[in-house]
Amino acid sequence: MDSPRYARLGRRRIYGTLGVALALCCAAIAAASLLVILGYVVVKGVGALNWEFLTQLPHPVGVPGGGVGNGIWGTIIIIGIATLMAVPVGLLTGIYLALFGRGVIPESLRFLSDVLSGVPSIAIGLFAYAVLVAPLKHFSGFSASFAFMMLMLPLLVRTSEQAIRSVPQAVREGALALGMSNFRATVGIVLPTAMPAIVTALLLAIARVTGETAPLLFTAFGTQFWESNPNHPMAVLALQVFTYAISPYPSWQAQAWGGALLLILAVLILSLGARYMLGRAAKGLDA
Amino acid sequence: MIRPLIRSLCALTVAASMMLPAAAATQLTGAGSSFDFPFFSKAFYVYNQKNPDVTINYQSIGSGGGIQQFTAKNVDFGATDVPMNAEELARAGQAVLQVPVALGGAAIAYNLPGVSATVKLSRQVLADIYLGKVQKWNDPAIVKLNAGVSLPDMPIVVVHRSDGSGTSYIFTDFLSHVSADWKSKVGTGKSVQWPAPSSVGAKGNEGVAGQISSTPGAIGYVELAYVIENHMTAATLQNKAGKWVACTPEAVAAAAASKPEVSATNFSIVDASGAQSYPISGYSWVVVYKKPADAARGKALYDVLTWLVGTQGQSNAKSVDYVPLPANVQAAAAGTLRQMQH
Amino acid sequence: MENAQPQFRRVVRFVSAADRGFAAIVYAGSAFFGLLIVGLCVELVLGSWPSIVKFGPAFIFSSSWDPVASKFGALPMIFGTVATSLIAIVLAAFIGIMGAVFLADFAPRWLAAPLSFLIELLAAVPSVVYGLWGLFVLAPFMRTAIGPALQKVLGWTPLFSGPIYGVGLLTAGMILALMIVPTVTAIARDVISAIPRDLREASMALGTTKWETATKVVLPAARVGIFGACVLALGRALGETIAVTMVIGNRPEISASLFAPSYTLASVIANEFTEATTSIYISALIELGLILFFVSMIVNAVARLMIWSVRGSERS
Repeated sequence: MDSPRYARLGRRRIYGTLGVALALCCAAIAAASLLVILGYVVVKGVGALNWEFLTQLPHPVGVPGGGVGNGIWGTIIIIGIATLMAVPVGLLTGIYLALFGRGVIPESLRFLSDVLSGVPSIAIGLFAYAVLVAPLKHFSGFSASFAFMMLMLPLLVRTSEQAIRSVPQAVREGALALGMSNFRATVGIVLPTAMPAIVTALLLAIARVTGETAPLLFTAFGTQFWESNPNHPMAVLALQVFTYAISPYPSWQAQAWGGALLLILAVLILSLGARYMLGRAAKGLDA
Repeated sequence: MIRPLIRSLCALTVAASMMLPAAAATQLTGAGSSFDFPFFSKAFYVYNQKNPDVTINYQSIGSGGGIQQFTAKNVDFGATDVPMNAEELARAGQAVLQVPVALGGAAIAYNLPGVSATVKLSRQVLADIYLGKVQKWNDPAIVKLNAGVSLPDMPIVVVHRSDGSGTSYIFTDFLSHVSADWKSKVGTGKSVQWPAPSSVGAKGNEGVAGQISSTPGAIGYVELAYVIENHMTAATLQNKAGKWVACTPEAVAAAAASKPEVSATNFSIVDASGAQSYPISGYSWVVVYKKPADAARGKALYDVLTWLVGTQGQSNAKSVDYVPLPANVQAAAAGTLRQMQH
Repeated sequence: MENAQPQFRRVVRFVSAADRGFAAIVYAGSAFFGLLIVGLCVELVLGSWPSIVKFGPAFIFSSSWDPVASKFGALPMIFGTVATSLIAIVLAAFIGIMGAVFLADFAPRWLAAPLSFLIELLAAVPSVVYGLWGLFVLAPFMRTAIGPALQKVLGWTPLFSGPIYGVGLLTAGMILALMIVPTVTAIARDVISAIPRDLREASMALGTTKWETATKVVLPAARVGIFGACVLALGRALGETIAVTMVIGNRPEISASLFAPSYTLASVIANEFTEATTSIYISALIELGLILFFVSMIVNAVARLMIWSVRGSERS
């Protein structure tokens, strides 16, 4: 710190300003890319959005109207079930890894979790097929949820471990010092503190799977009709978007873009809603 | 606040699911070729309006996927661009019937800025382009065929389908027929090893079309329906009889009509004879079990498929830019279906 | 993390029944998770067994992918997968970490929240939309603007030589980078924000500028978490199928130029699996999935070795 070059605060300040400008540019590039892509989707898809689009069954080419109502419904059910399965498994594994940090088994689990994040979604779809479709001899929304669960897990596991670990030691030891069992300390005190980061990861994971198509081909299969039973083939919006996008017909292609816009909007609303609820809970207004 | 919210969401979901209409009496499922999907979606919709208690759920997961699911008996029928071969039939275990249900063609689309006349290509030149022997648009071989058209000195970017597809099959089948070189070097298949040094693979018709439209000098093969709906420029080809034909539904129908004795073991109609035949045409097939597991579903399936290959069912083809089966082929298909034990 | 606070100590006592029950559930959840992945690996091996038996190790080193002649080789695809993922993570790590530093430490409140939100929304865009946008917008832009500019400046290197098609390794790498930037940014931002203020204040009290604090003190402290974010993002890049296959040109060839079309393991599977009918073909495709599983394993193992060596050098 006492070399003349370093002592020159002026120059260091300039580096600092340049650095911040660079960082700002990077954040801006990422945000701008989204706006460009979003703009593209909006321009191509907003024309297709109307009440009929949201509530009707798909129509074949040449029959006007029609929509993706069953796809929206199927997506909600399948992702809902996937979240219900992924969150407990992910949290529990994250708690395990945070509590039992070192050792062969925890390290292997972390390693396997990272490897899982690199497996292509189509391979996970095939696994879900082998486990839940082939033995039962029929497609089902539940097998799609299973595939989605596997896609969501690496993110949830890693983030919940990270989030639990970053809760300050003081908080946790304080809880234990008050005589709480580990169970209460972890679930009642540490987890709620770690919740915002976990929710961010959950939202990221949900955002990612709403756009996944490949695992759905052999699991949910798709249908042109209303279906609420996860034990049957179900329609999924991402699958419909994909099928329409690669078709020759401008009317279907327009619906594909409308569906894509819908997917992005759905995630947007979900994120906003979750953030809002978290914000209110943090302010202590929670019931 | 969260808990009551979740409670009300669950209640809403349950209530909504109860309000939805109940499923139809018989729901048949089919899977396979994405080529058939637009035609099937129209045809089955019309059928359901006439017969409200039968619904058919067809999903395009690819011909291979269709055969796999059909063999695993997860679906009632499969749809494939290439009929099942001996190995696949053996794996199915039971006797399988294969009927042609749709007809289509592959047009040669290209992007040549500044050239307003439609380019003419002979079969040999097309094969040479895809072999990589003809690499520029102003190659003497192409210039000779297009008298009076000034072709630019531009390299040809050869675009093909990267995903396995029936359209690729028809196209490579055609190239194998017209070029012995192609047949020995590359062969026929849904996915092949493309030899041209400048070749680029694009996913799906939309990928090929997108690649062509954004690359000057590109050429590629695209499904007929796609070319029609998206107003793409397609080359005029010289067929086996020496005549120049554009890719139109009529020309494809002429190619089909020139070979009435088509069957699952003898199904190729590329490079067909006849003055008006378009050389790159092909059928798409539906596969069913001769003896369906469930008698009632078998009967429903028989009714649907017989309707599909008949005049009424085929009349839906035109509205989606597909080619209806010629009358003799319709009769043959119906005859094959009658072998179904229902 | 390690520098910022003491090791998370294993204070684990199971005194009550609730604790024992809790422990059992935690063990069960983690075991289930481990079982899922092991099951996946087993399924992949079972499915690719006929191909492994037939082609042996030559499969990995052979360059020909010929479905008609049933001759399959994975080398060009391994190259393409590694190359595109590398481009993607280099771009995304730089943009993501820099962006996270900005969002966590420098952005004013009114800017940080909406900006983070926009970046996270990138994750919600379906892959097929990325693919279509890449094909119709980015690829022509690459062919007409970015490519020629790069070639003018860097064309003397083999990396930037050769014809520019618009689609190719570089375009695919860029699309992948866009897809994984939200993961890196969001997680890195969370990790950086979690570094206690004391550290920053101590550093500034010693006379560093805010930027120096952010880059030379906070970032190293958050190193492990950020690295984890990059590893997760890299995983997604390795396995991405649809978006990549639309912009990579799908040519199974190894080439030095970044502008050349290429092919990735995941793309082949996505392209050809639904149409593959012979059992050896399907088996070869599943073997590609198995190879991708192992590529992911090797990449992660290398990453872990790098972390351990860094931690080791710290302690000495």
